[in-house]
Amino acid sequence: MSFATKSPWVIHYDASSCNGCDIEVLAALCPGFDLERFGIVNTGNPKHADIFLVTGSVNERNQHVVKQIYDQMVEPKVVVACGICACSGGIFHDCYNILGGVDKVIPVDVYVPGCAVRPEALIDGVVQALDILDQRAKALEAKRKGA
Amino acid sequence: MGKQTIIPFGPQHPVLPEPIHLDLVVEDETVIEAVPQIGFIHRGLERLVQTKDYNQFVYVAERICGICAFGHSMGYAETVENLMGVEVPTRAQYLRVIWHEMSRVHSHTLWLGLAADAFGFESLFMHAWRLREKILDVFERTTGGRVIFSVVKVGGVTRDLDDQQIDYMKSVFADFRAEYTKLIRAFLDDSSVKNRTVGVGTISRADAVNLGMVGPFLRASGEPYDVRMLGSNGYGELEHFEPITDDQGDCYARIRVRCEEVLQALDIIDEMLAKLPAGDIAVKVKGAPKAGSEACNLVEQPRGECYYYAKGNGTKYLDRMRMRTPTSQNLAGMAATLKGCDVADVNMIVLTIDPCISCTER
Repeated sequence: MSFATKSPWVIHYDASSCNGCDIEVLAALCPGFDLERFGIVNTGNPKHADIFLVTGSVNERNQHVVKQIYDQMVEPKVVVACGICACSGGIFHDCYNILGGVDKVIPVDVYVPGCAVRPEALIDGVVQALDILDQRAKALEAKRKGA
Repeated sequence: MGKQTIIPFGPQHPVLPEPIHLDLVVEDETVIEAVPQIGFIHRGLERLVQTKDYNQFVYVAERICGICAFGHSMGYAETVENLMGVEVPTRAQYLRVIWHEMSRVHSHTLWLGLAADAFGFESLFMHAWRLREKILDVFERTTGGRVIFSVVKVGGVTRDLDDQQIDYMKSVFADFRAEYTKLIRAFLDDSSVKNRTVGVGTISRADAVNLGMVGPFLRASGEPYDVRMLGSNGYGELEHFEPITDDQGDCYARIRVRCEEVLQALDIIDEMLAKLPAGDIAVKVKGAPKAGSEACNLVEQPRGECYYYAKGNGTKYLDRMRMRTPTSQNLAGMAATLKGCDVADVNMIVLTIDPCISCTER
C-alpha cells in the first residue's frame, strides 16, 4: 500500500498575515473555486493533514506555533507558502517584529506569490504540491521496502 | 464545586481563521474566566510611517486587515486629508461609500459563513461563501482586486465607474439581494441555529456601554450607536440612516443585526448609485502636513467604530499614525461575555463578536 492513496488534506495556519490570503485560502476551498472537488478537505488537526498552507510572514511569537504544527504532521508532508508575505515578507519585510518568510522557520516546497494570493494561483500551487507529495510517498515506500 | 482547570483555546483552532489564544479557566463544564493572549499577528506596521511617505502608506494601511481593507485605506486617507485640509470631490466620496458598503456586505456574508461553520452547519457555510463570490466579482470588475483593492489615494480614488459598470453592479446586487433574503431565512428561522444561539452569551446594554464595546456587538445589546449616523464625509449625503439594533444581546441578536445590516448596506449602495454625481474623482495633493498638525477620524468598519489619529512633522513622512480598531475595543466585552458560559459555547461566543485579530494587533 502506498502512503498517499487517500485524498490529500490541508491544514491552514495564519502566521501574522493580514487576513487577505487567509480568506482566499478558504475561498479556494469553497464553491466558486472548489478545491474540494479533488477530495481536498480542510482539517484542523495537523496529524490528519498532508499539505500545510501557511500565510503571513511569521513573527517572533508565532514561529514556535508554525514549527509545532509542522512537527506534528506525519510524513510525507508538503509546505505551501501562500502569498508574498509568506514567501519573503512582502510589504511588511521591514517591520521590526517580522522574520520575513516561512522558510526562515520551516522548509518550504512551493512558493505562491501574490498580494493577496489569487485562488487560481493557490490551486496551481496545491497541484504542484501534490506531485511533491507523491514523490515523497514513493521515496518513503522504497525506504520501507529496503529496510 | 469541581476542581478548576485551564483549557487552552487556540492559537491554532478549527473554528478560528485567525490566531488568538484564550486561557479558559474551567470548573466542571462552566467557564469561570477567559484570559485572552494576543501577539500572534503583531507586525508593527504603525512604525512603517517613518519609512513610507503619506502617499505610500495608503497601501500599508490597506493591509492592516484583508477583510476590512477598503475601510482602512479610506479611514487613513480621510485622516491625512483632514490633516492637510484637502477637499475631496463629491463623486470620489460617493464611490468610497459604495465600495465601503460593498466591503461590509462581503465581510458580513463571510462572517455568516464562519458562524455557520462554528455551529456545525457546513452547507450553510458553503452557501454564504458562494454568495459572497458575487460581491468579490463586482470588486474585481470595478477595482481590479478581490480582497486588496488599492483604489483609494490621498485626495480621492484612482478608478471611476462608467455607465456599463453601474448597470452591471445594479443587476448583480438585485440577484444578490434575492438569494441573500432566502439564505438568511436559514440563519433566522432554523430551529437548529436557534438552539445554539438564543440566550447564549448575553450581555446587557449597560455592560456593553461600560466595557466600551462597538459595532454590531454593541448594537445587538440595544445601544443605537453607529458612526455612519454622524453623517461624516460621503455618509452625509444619505437621505436617512437608522442604526439596526436588537435588545436581546445574545448570539442570536448579533446574527440578526448583521443579517439586516447587509440589507441596509445594499440599500445604501442602491441609493448612492442612483444619485452618483458627475465630476472629478480626485484632486492633486501637494506639499506635506505641517509640523505639529494633528487630525483624527472615525469610520464605521464592518466590525464597528475605528478611530484614526495622525500627526505631521513638516515632511512627507508622518510623525505618528495610530488606529484604535473595533476588535481591540471588543476584547474586554468578549472576556466578560465568556464568564459563566458553557465550554461548548465558547467558539460561538468568540465568533459572534467577529474578532479581527490582524486589525487588533497590526
